[in-house]
Amino acid sequence: MKHTLSVLLQNKPGVLSRVTGLFSGRGFNIESLCVAETIDPTVSRLTLVTSGDESIIEQITKQLHKLIDVIKVMDTSEGVYVEREMVLIRMKADAQTRAEVLRIIDIFRGKVVDVGQKSYAVEVTGSASKIQAVIDILRPIGIKEIVRTGTVAISRAGMSK
Amino acid sequence: MSQLTGAQAIVSCLLEEGVTTIFGYPGGAVIDLYDELMNSEKLEHILVRHEQAAVHAADGYARVTGKVGVALLTSGPGATNGVTGIATAYMDSIPVVILTGQVPTPLIGNDAFQEVDIVGITRPCTKHNYLVGSKDELVQTLREAFHVARTGRPGPVLVDLPKNIINGLITYEPPQPIKMDSYQPNTEPHPGQIGKACRMIMEARKPVLYVGGGVILANGHEELAELATKLDIPVTMTLMGLGAFPGNHPLSMGMLGMHGTYTANMAVAKCDLLISVGARFDDRVTGNLESFAPHAKIIHIDIDPTSISKNVHVDVPIVADCKRGLEAMNTWFNNQQDISVAQEKGKHQQWFDKIKTWSDAHPLGYIDDNDSSIKPQYVVEMLDKLTGGDAIITTEVGQHQMWAAQFYKFKLPRHFLTSGGLGTMGYGLPAAIGAKIAMPEKTVIDVAGDGSIQMNIQELATARQYNTAVKIAILNNKYLGMVRQWQELFYDKRYASTGMDVAPDFVELAKAYGAVGLRAKTKDEVVPVIKEALATDNTVVMDFNIIREEGVFPMVPAGKANTEMLLV
Repeated sequence: MKHTLSVLLQNKPGVLSRVTGLFSGRGFNIESLCVAETIDPTVSRLTLVTSGDESIIEQITKQLHKLIDVIKVMDTSEGVYVEREMVLIRMKADAQTRAEVLRIIDIFRGKVVDVGQKSYAVEVTGSASKIQAVIDILRPIGIKEIVRTGTVAISRAGMSK
Repeated sequence: MSQLTGAQAIVSCLLEEGVTTIFGYPGGAVIDLYDELMNSEKLEHILVRHEQAAVHAADGYARVTGKVGVALLTSGPGATNGVTGIATAYMDSIPVVILTGQVPTPLIGNDAFQEVDIVGITRPCTKHNYLVGSKDELVQTLREAFHVARTGRPGPVLVDLPKNIINGLITYEPPQPIKMDSYQPNTEPHPGQIGKACRMIMEARKPVLYVGGGVILANGHEELAELATKLDIPVTMTLMGLGAFPGNHPLSMGMLGMHGTYTANMAVAKCDLLISVGARFDDRVTGNLESFAPHAKIIHIDIDPTSISKNVHVDVPIVADCKRGLEAMNTWFNNQQDISVAQEKGKHQQWFDKIKTWSDAHPLGYIDDNDSSIKPQYVVEMLDKLTGGDAIITTEVGQHQMWAAQFYKFKLPRHFLTSGGLGTMGYGLPAAIGAKIAMPEKTVIDVAGDGSIQMNIQELATARQYNTAVKIAILNNKYLGMVRQWQELFYDKRYASTGMDVAPDFVELAKAYGAVGLRAKTKDEVVPVIKEALATDNTVVMDFNIIREEGVFPMVPAGKANTEMLLV
């Protein structure tokens, strides 16, 4: 089962490699990973999607806690969180398909961010399943390239643990 | 507040931490720190002959004293040579601070002479590590390093020191309490969990205490003895736990696991309650996981939450310092006025009767051929007898290590120094030197094999330079014996690359280093050789020419259940 872990870390050099080294060294999966500074510049937040049964997720959580630079680990499946991911997609967009691409992007509340002679770059934001849905629908029209950010998450008002 | 050079500040920090001895090897990146060490009368520096030995010696020093050991290495190859020592300390949770030199900060990343990313290399084998990026961080980083190494689950911490920071001028402020937002290990047991565990112990009819190195690291041996004897619970120890409970006590069943006693392995297989304290259910202990303690509820006290329910599901987890956890249990039982101790003890009588049938059927032993050949087990038995069982024993890794674990009856904690987790050949001699320097009044013996001893034999020079009268007992079978044993049992006696027919004459080699060399070729020479070695105030190498193809038994073949032991 997939889990999104939200991890607060000291914002120091080498901290990211401690986390990724832990995952590779112990054979855990990383499906996506996002990291950036928080409102406190000495602290970073790392949002990571991983998979495994309950005991593996428990072990991952404990091992992350054990890293000296890790301040807090939260499993978003345990609380009430809003999760979002962004994707940039470069679409084939010629005379026949342009209108169709625009219609689909509109349905998904996405937008066109770059226009070329034969392609559009579009941006869509949403849950991981919404991103997957838009990709599945656009694929038959002709996707040239996909860039996904990976999931980020924030707790709902009054629900932070 | 005062202005100091980086080197002066480092020395001040070491003294503040109570360091009196450091083990190291100089080089260009640390030459300024070595220069400063000459000014300090309070810090003794031990010059080893290979950087791996510096870390092992600091590790041995830490294991016998409980203090943080310190090693000082230069950049590049000095640091990489230390990696095996660091990984050894990491796997066995030994508090060591390793200071490494580094090229000046402007050169980092330029492939400079003797530059290596030692922080990157040691990230997975240190508890934590630091590159001191600016001179303002130097003092705080060193203080944190010692704090992290010694608290929580102890471990090695490396501090990489660029040359320009060692040379720079810094403002030195007196120490303040360490506060780290992201590191606050929990040492106090949860009272609810303690109560739950104690009630479970009351209900058990066939309990076993399974004790690891965590009890020794936490200095919890007295609390352990109180709990075991108060409630009459039989005790088995891991390799790392030997000495946590007296090996000659009637409640001791000896070691468990791959080369554990028949009694201990059967008792764990049949027990209804397993109380694990400071042990981590290592594969060499559990054998096949499915059949490890299959009928037992499990209580687990450990300071490291990651060790709990990692390999085996635990019913009552207790995250705590082992000493504090055991203390809390003892207090709980002392407060139960309605418990009659005698009644409690009587409840385990059937269990003890059962245990006795196992120990009567297959006691730990070996076949005495009744000829003049030397059995390795006999040598260890004589070492035990002639030292009164209270010498500090270090080992290398292999058959001799297991014979030492089985046949030396450790009565005290911090007396058995062995690389249990990483299994590092070459550990024993430098660890013995570190131990002897920490405890000069103690007899320190490295029980070694003829293969392992050659991995750090150069440390005989270190031992000689500092008049360190360590004794080395080589159980010499001219084989890499443990691998040979596996080849004999599981590879149709195809002895691929395990014959060590060409080896130095260890007696002459000892003499070449200015040490004393003694040899026993027959059984009746064993005792006189040991007696002479113990009476000699010098480093002594004893070469025991043991029979070549002796095996370590009992043995649980890898992946089998612990009840499927091959016996003598």
